[in-house]
Amino acid sequence: MFLLLPFDSLVVNLLGISLTVLFTLLLVFIIVPAIFGVSFGIRKVYMKTLLKIFQWATLRIERGAKEKNHPLYKPYVNGIIAKEPTSLEEEIKEIRRSGSGKALDTPEFELSDIFYFCRKGIETIMDDEVTKRFSAEELESWNLLSRTNYNFQYISLRLTVLWGLGMLIRYCFLLPLRIALAFTGISLLVTGTTVVGYLPNGRCKEFLSKHVHLMCYRICVRALTAIITYHDRENRPRNGGICVANHTSPIDVIILASDGYYAMVGQIHGGLMGVIQRAMVKACPHVWFERSEVRDRHLVAKRCDRLTEHVQDKSKLPILIFPEGTCINNTSVMMFKKGSFEIGATVYPVAIKYDPQFGDAFWNSSKYGMVTYLLRMMTSWAIVCSVWYLPPMTRQPEEDAVQFANRVKSAIARQGGLVDLLWDGGLKREKVKDTFKEEQQKLYSKMIVGNHEDRSRS
Amino acid sequence: MTSEAGACPLVGGASLCACARGLAHGGGAGAGWPFAEPPLLLTVSHSQITRLYSRFTSLDKGENGTLSREDFQRIPELAINPLGDRIINAFFPEGEDQVNFRGFMRTLAHFRPIEDNEKSKDQNGPEPLNSRSNKLHCKKYEPSYTIAFRLYDLDKDDKISRDELLQVLRMMVGVNISDEQLGSIADRTIQEADQDGDSAISFAEFVKVLEKVDVEQKMSIRFLH
Repeated sequence: MFLLLPFDSLVVNLLGISLTVLFTLLLVFIIVPAIFGVSFGIRKVYMKTLLKIFQWATLRIERGAKEKNHPLYKPYVNGIIAKEPTSLEEEIKEIRRSGSGKALDTPEFELSDIFYFCRKGIETIMDDEVTKRFSAEELESWNLLSRTNYNFQYISLRLTVLWGLGMLIRYCFLLPLRIALAFTGISLLVTGTTVVGYLPNGRCKEFLSKHVHLMCYRICVRALTAIITYHDRENRPRNGGICVANHTSPIDVIILASDGYYAMVGQIHGGLMGVIQRAMVKACPHVWFERSEVRDRHLVAKRCDRLTEHVQDKSKLPILIFPEGTCINNTSVMMFKKGSFEIGATVYPVAIKYDPQFGDAFWNSSKYGMVTYLLRMMTSWAIVCSVWYLPPMTRQPEEDAVQFANRVKSAIARQGGLVDLLWDGGLKREKVKDTFKEEQQKLYSKMIVGNHEDRSRS
Repeated sequence: MTSEAGACPLVGGASLCACARGLAHGGGAGAGWPFAEPPLLLTVSHSQITRLYSRFTSLDKGENGTLSREDFQRIPELAINPLGDRIINAFFPEGEDQVNFRGFMRTLAHFRPIEDNEKSKDQNGPEPLNSRSNKLHCKKYEPSYTIAFRLYDLDKDDKISRDELLQVLRMMVGVNISDEQLGSIADRTIQEADQDGDSAISFAEFVKVLEKVDVEQKMSIRFLH
């Protein structure tokens, strides 16, 4: 027995050392290209292999369901009921037309008018455009993650083995690797920016700051295994402009900042985020607001002034802003807040579209905290997205900030293949304003009494 | 959608398929139908039930298997509907604050488009004028009329009085029309519809006014797939 002991510990030691060496080599293999901004294309190959496996998995499930003669649950992303895009006026006129032969031009009340409101109400109960934007998109084919499967009972043995293997790879191999990379990236960012912060202001500091930022963001991109395709890079935001993009998750920042050097705008957080933010601002003029400043409406003007001041200095970096104000699930673009569009700078719109097959990047902040969210991201297969840089836009003299914001929003929605909605992303947490109901009531009153009669005598 | 996709939320452990078939044949009070009214004759397919159940669970923020009025009011497009509150009330039976999936389906089933073979059944049109008030609640032939009538008739006395009509009108127009004007509109409407001279609109009179409107087409909702 005494002879075995040193032999045992030798084996264990050897194993430990070889694993560590392997791990470090892997890290170096990933970090070095990140520093220089090159890529070996391994991630693209990984993505293609995964796609083939997913297609096979979906076919197996369909076969399994057919054998048992059960219809499969298939989520439909385009809604479950047929909706006609007609206005209040048109619909009520239709109902009245079919009901009576009376002249339709005389405004009056009909008992049948109620059908319009009733039906519209029930339609929205069955399927509405807004609430479904605040939860993760449903996938049409399975991607071997238990979190997206709706047809558990049709999985064969082979598929289960494959799923188990996938889980093993994701949790035991990819996750530690990613955590190590993230750790490296963040610590390099904090130390790098702090060191650069001690340098005197000048071209040298700018150069170093830019490259430290880019390098660390690239490492973070690899930490998430994000496979990003950039389109139209000639339209990338320039100094003195504002970059606006649709918001799906905090990862958007990492994705955009790994391809360009931006000044960020946001709220100072506590904890780790706060440490990172404070370090970053030493090297580069980011605009961080205190939490109290964000909440106080009187200080909105002050915020706009700060941004305007930043923008007017043409040598300053482009500001990165997400005008939706909250995370939406990447199937639509919701109302853009007009604040950033009032400043008067050139706006560079960017559309970001994620492919949810490899990992859904949407952060449902009411369901998951930040840490849970990051863990979910790091245990998915990959984050695949496309980024389109749209040509710059400026506010025309005849439009106001809201119209300009809507124009930019439509351009982003069109490019990204997203639904363009006028609803406010804030409806995630707040109730809808009464003004919308009042608009509907106004429209209907016109149909009953017409425009020319005296209305507001009550 | 949870992993219990196979289990039916309407009838305990039975599979969704059996449940859909049961609903199709109007399973009686023995199938656990919670309300005294006779069940509807409706055919809802398996996938439609599944989809609506998925919708029900996504609205159910409290995750306790029932919806409250707040859950409905959280839908922005419903909150801006002038008659939103009344429509929400249609889901909740008398005095209750929660509705389960059965009740949810029951109300929604009023709006499913009628299949061709059923259309031939109600060629005879609405119930005769001298029907008893019990028959008002037999929704076999006029599901949509009844829901619409209920939206007007809040106290459920089977008559739309002038006050009730005024209430609904006020909800639909907000502050844009004066009381006097609204009053005259209500009076005119009752005058036109009222046939037995009681200054109120009964269900039969209501149906008579609307007999030319293709109610089934205007009030039905078509499922995609």
